[in-house]
Amino acid sequence: MRLKLVKDETHIKFFKFARITFGASVVAVIASIIIFLSNGLNYGIDFRGGTMLRIESPVDSGVGAFRDVLSPLGMGDINVTEVFDPSAALDAGTVRHEYMVRVVQQGDDDAEQNGAVALIKATLDANFEGLIYLQTEAVSGKVSGELVQGSIIAVMISVIAVLFYVWLRFEWQFSVGAVAALVHDVILTIGVFSLIGLEFNLSIIAALLTIVGYSLNDTVVVFDRVRENLRKFKTMDLKELLDRAINETLSRTVMTAVTTLMALFALYFLGGDVVRGFTFAMIWGIIIGTYSSVFVASNIVLWLGVKRDWSKPDPNAGTQFADADA
Amino acid sequence: MLHFSLWKKIVILLICAWGLVAAAPNVYYTIAESSNDAVAELEAGLPQTPERLAARDAWPQFLPSDVVNLGLDLRGGAHLLVEVAVEDIYAERLDSFWTEALRALRNERDALGSIRRQYDNPNELRIRIENSENMRLAIETAHALTSPVISLSGAGSRDFVVSSELDELVITLSDAERLATDERTMEQSLEIVRRRIDEAGTREPTIQRQGSNRILIQVPGIGSAEELLALLGETAKLTFNAVTGPTTRDANTNPGAGNLLLPSQDEEGLFYIVSQIPVVGGDQLTNAQAAFDQNGRPSVSFSFNVTGARLFGQFTAENIGQPFAIVLDGKVVSAPVIQSHISGGAGQITGNFTLEETTRLSILLRAGALPAELKVMEQRTVGPELGADSVEAGKIAALVGFAGVAIFMVLSYGMFGMIANIALFMNVAMIFGLLSAIGGTLTLPGIAGIVLTMGMAVDANVLIFERTREELRAGRNPFRAVEEGYSKALSAIIDGNLTTLIAAIVLYAFGSGPIRGFAITLGLGIVTSVFTAIWLTRLILSSWLKWRRPKTLTI
Repeated sequence: MRLKLVKDETHIKFFKFARITFGASVVAVIASIIIFLSNGLNYGIDFRGGTMLRIESPVDSGVGAFRDVLSPLGMGDINVTEVFDPSAALDAGTVRHEYMVRVVQQGDDDAEQNGAVALIKATLDANFEGLIYLQTEAVSGKVSGELVQGSIIAVMISVIAVLFYVWLRFEWQFSVGAVAALVHDVILTIGVFSLIGLEFNLSIIAALLTIVGYSLNDTVVVFDRVRENLRKFKTMDLKELLDRAINETLSRTVMTAVTTLMALFALYFLGGDVVRGFTFAMIWGIIIGTYSSVFVASNIVLWLGVKRDWSKPDPNAGTQFADADA
Repeated sequence: MLHFSLWKKIVILLICAWGLVAAAPNVYYTIAESSNDAVAELEAGLPQTPERLAARDAWPQFLPSDVVNLGLDLRGGAHLLVEVAVEDIYAERLDSFWTEALRALRNERDALGSIRRQYDNPNELRIRIENSENMRLAIETAHALTSPVISLSGAGSRDFVVSSELDELVITLSDAERLATDERTMEQSLEIVRRRIDEAGTREPTIQRQGSNRILIQVPGIGSAEELLALLGETAKLTFNAVTGPTTRDANTNPGAGNLLLPSQDEEGLFYIVSQIPVVGGDQLTNAQAAFDQNGRPSVSFSFNVTGARLFGQFTAENIGQPFAIVLDGKVVSAPVIQSHISGGAGQITGNFTLEETTRLSILLRAGALPAELKVMEQRTVGPELGADSVEAGKIAALVGFAGVAIFMVLSYGMFGMIANIALFMNVAMIFGLLSAIGGTLTLPGIAGIVLTMGMAVDANVLIFERTREELRAGRNPFRAVEEGYSKALSAIIDGNLTTLIAAIVLYAFGSGPIRGFAITLGLGIVTSVFTAIWLTRLILSSWLKWRRPKTLTI
């Protein structure tokens, strides 16, 4: 007896509530943009410049004690948090207290910026015993500006490259649908980060690009089946045809999402604190990406329509049908 | 689709075998790594100690022994991105041009009258000419001192541009010369940085030029970026200058023409007046060592090359009883009185040093002075504890992820799931094999990439199996169903993976450091998963079908 997450044959009407699901997506996107505009993002020092220290203490020093010692230094906004690391709790017998100290950028002077790490270390060592500096980072404003720019370019280029690829392999309607789904996924991920104030750093950009790749993979598999069905059922109503394609690929969609999520949850809980933000973004992105390939990408294809009658040229729809079989 | 020619089978199996063999050293990471080190040491001509030979032979030499490099985030170490202040050199160049121009213009004093340098913009040299009606002569005189730039792009241009503005002669560096100067400064800086880090004896540093004026330095195993900064933070320009006036406590003292007013390093508020042109420079040193002076205080002993020794000997012979200044980065370290003629070309720098400082200073002096200041743009340190934790966490997550996916696949697809798991295992082995072979670096995001690939790698097989199920339901016989499953799923597999590959390539092109590590493992994972899905599992399945010839098939 096989484990089957999805029945052999399903006939779910995915577009019965198309207005509601698509409306929900539109609302979620708008909400994300509003949250982003009002809350902003909790940028890591990669994007903001500044200094970060990750410190392990043998005793529970408390966040307040760190802050009290550091605030007289006059470095502006000092942010001290305790890092909760569930994977560390697995090491029996070792109780560790990890703290994260973050300081905003110190003026425009790079020398001052670098002095900050040394100054914080010296100050903490004078007041606490047995501290271990697990990680220290200092990024100047100049570099962080370049990193922001590079990241925006990277995300945009990948979206454009993908738009182009899908347009080559399918018709332009599919391309629009796929990219709308991508933009939907990226915006919703940024919205979640803005909403819960998780640190947004370079690794989250990597996660965003991977989400773009995954979501697209998912969308393309559905589109591939749509393409096949378009050739097979020349007269079938487009809505019915899309429904059929999604139902046929549903089992695969769920299987792959589940295996990927299994691997990601293993990383989330066991992979250590350093990759947790990244894994969180990925988990969220996989869920959203799976949803969007059905309810955003396919929906848009449904509304844009696809040229069905090959004998007559139709100026309102796609003019070329990729007949690639590769 | 299910027929394989013999040579195809052999190629597929050979690729898989290679993947396993190439990945093997990573399983025995420490043994393979110390064996590689021993081989490198023996090749470098170090003595054949029993330990070295034993370490070498611990790993069979006929097998590949390359292991993946662990990134700084996994191994611990310091990462530094510095910007070379290339524009510092411009002012220096103009200063030296001023010395030359002064001499040439003075020769034309009858026509030009008095000449004076105007100091307001460090990027240009302005010389006021009293008889400005003879400006043409001044321009010609100055222009005669310029020389053509030797470079491909700057063909035909000269190093300095001479023009005039009212009664002032304006001299700037030409664009071509700026580029050429930048290039030289960068090359020198890279060389000096490399020498300093090598002198400090660190293991496997990475020193790379980035962009037009930056240097990326990565040193594994260094506990903090400050250690690295201490090595690079000083330009370490050492000169020996004649003391030409009494010491003073007034910072506004006019040192007079040809002299400099320099602060003391040890005593706040004390200033020395020294000659502007040094007797000997640090570039004449052949060696420098940390030592102790006769009072047992830390000092740096040094020796000059032949030219330096001659110059220094001559100077000390002529100035017995006079003090001279040892100047380091614009500060007077000490100003001893010359007791006797120093002819051997060796000496000692004493001052208020700690042992650590003398060790560092001797390293800096041996390596030479940096041509320009380095500004730190980015510094990152990962302690070895965190690195080891990350490796451990990554391992556990990878094992649990693998086990979870594998069990799930067997539950869902039975024997077919087992075949997919063989492919998944091969997949991971091949990622490691390829990473080792291309000398790639494994970072923590890279491990995340591998774990993610495990989840996504089964996708291709899931597509095929689901498709085969559909074909079976449609009443096809097992052979036909499997064949159709593969051929019909192929376009979806290719399209889906190519799009992810596009994202990985963009990530690699724009990412830096650890992010690149992620892009590499993700990209390799896509390639290997497509290979295992459309070749390996197909080969296994077709062999099984031909062997058992089942009448019915359940997936």
